Amino acid sequence: MRGKTVKLGDHINTDFVISGKYKFKTQDIKELSKHIFEDLDPTLSQRIKSGTIIVAGRNFGYGSSREHAPRVIKEVGVSAVIAKSFARIFFRNAINIGLPVIAASESFIDSTNEGDEVSLDLEKGTIKNETKNIEETFKPYPSFISVVMREGGIVSYFKKYGALPWDTR
Amino acid sequence: MSGTIAEKILAKASGKKEVEPGDFIVANVDVVFAHDGTATLAFDVMKELGEERVFDSKKVVLFIDHAAPSPSPAISAIHTRMRIFSKTHNVKLYDVGNGICHQLLPSEGYVKPGSLVIGADSHTVTHGAFNAFATGVGSTDAAIAMMTGKIWLKVPESVKLELNGNLGRGVTSKDLILFLIGTFKADGFNYMAVEYSGSTIASLSVDSRMTIANMGVEMGAKASLMPLNESTKAWLSKRVQEPIIPVEPDKDATYYKTFSFEVENLEPMVATPPNVDNVKPITEVEELEVDQVFIGSCTNGRLEDIELALRILKGRKAKVRCIVIPASKEVYYEALRRGYIEELLKSNCVIGPPTCGPCIGAHMGLLGQNEVGVSTSNRNFPGRMGDREAKIFLASPLTAAASAVEGRITDPRKYLEGELQ
Repeated sequence: MRGKTVKLGDHINTDFVISGKYKFKTQDIKELSKHIFEDLDPTLSQRIKSGTIIVAGRNFGYGSSREHAPRVIKEVGVSAVIAKSFARIFFRNAINIGLPVIAASESFIDSTNEGDEVSLDLEKGTIKNETKNIEETFKPYPSFISVVMREGGIVSYFKKYGALPWDTR
Repeated sequence: MSGTIAEKILAKASGKKEVEPGDFIVANVDVVFAHDGTATLAFDVMKELGEERVFDSKKVVLFIDHAAPSPSPAISAIHTRMRIFSKTHNVKLYDVGNGICHQLLPSEGYVKPGSLVIGADSHTVTHGAFNAFATGVGSTDAAIAMMTGKIWLKVPESVKLELNGNLGRGVTSKDLILFLIGTFKADGFNYMAVEYSGSTIASLSVDSRMTIANMGVEMGAKASLMPLNESTKAWLSKRVQEPIIPVEPDKDATYYKTFSFEVENLEPMVATPPNVDNVKPITEVEELEVDQVFIGSCTNGRLEDIELALRILKGRKAKVRCIVIPASKEVYYEALRRGYIEELLKSNCVIGPPTCGPCIGAHMGLLGQNEVGVSTSNRNFPGRMGDREAKIFLASPLTAAASAVEGRITDPRKYLEGELQ
């Protein structure tokens, strides 16, 4: 997986990803995704293209448990989120719906700028800033979580194996 | 065996003798719920996983509280779908007017000490006030828990917060939790269970304990856990059928860290925009002009909160819009019976039906551009309660009431001089 980055700061909350005021107008993810990051920066969505990799600071996705947040990020074409750290509910939700989320080192995030080309390999557990030629390995996830992530989420996993990941263990 | 409250509950829920932080477990849930912001997405996931079904119709609960009564036809459609699901699967639905999920779940007897509570809402941590392990999840996790009765969890590290002493005059449980959030910040306890101990939590009312547990998620906590105390035991015994068996931490339990605070000299605190952890003593934000005050939400919409507000509002008039929304029909009815609603109306307050109200930004008092709101709710992110240029200050019901009376952010202590604490 490889893409150009959009760089965000620390503490990007799920209200910023998709404001509650829209979530209570419609539950349609396509419709909601038109308002992605609107309260953070109304022009931000224009920078996101298919294949964009979001690179962010600490505690990405904190606040509300709304699963619409990772879903709209996936809907607009973002292929992965790399951050210094994630809030726990967002992290679970992202894995469940098949949006790769990777915790990287502070130095990797700090030295990555908007527009840099970043590649990641979920199998090998590596991320690389191709523009700056910086590579690092990330801490691998426990086996069933990495399988879910590779298979594109819980629903895709279930469709393929006919069971939930922990049922087969 | 030696475990923290969290470890002991999770061990039992996963059928193990003991668990350690970092263990991945598959646990049996005692109750799982969703509301009108999260339920229909969970139903969609069920369909994708085969069919809509529930593992136990008595352990799945639905609430229409976030946008209730419906402010739009689109939301009405969401509510209709929830009603159909409730009927089809014989699942209890608390419809429009009953109140907020986090108020109803314990007051309707679904929460008991030692239980594992899973909710498709981040403020599910509230139920830790009842000595339960309660955590928020998204719609996919909720759907799977509703279908199978199971959820995978990573056993969290436990952090102990020891709080001792009595809160001073004009200082409430809300000020205490805001102080803790300001101290430990929004990701201070990410992935961790926060276990409370000490005389402060032991002496607090159920309503106050719920306020503290509720906002644990604003420090990243996976769960807030409180030992059972007398007031909570008495409260639960009227609502729970089964015997109440408290879960105590073992003496040799291991904590990732322990922090101790004396709370006696704490001041009223305010969370200032744009983040919940941007907390300041009220003395630093006094005098700022206010357009609207909101007293309510799963954080501070209980009877005690209305009583606190009335200590200042009674016999005085709110100078600015002051919206009061009881957290449940039970709270509303009791406030009515005790004459509080009449007093609030005399003070120029607007009373809303039991609902999340403006806290979630769906309806019922949204802030306009550049307006300033004082709110007893739990989040002050830009756009959370209306326009993204509006400013939200989070405070206690006392501070909110004093600010309503003066039309600017006001230290409530000056109204309470001479009162017995």
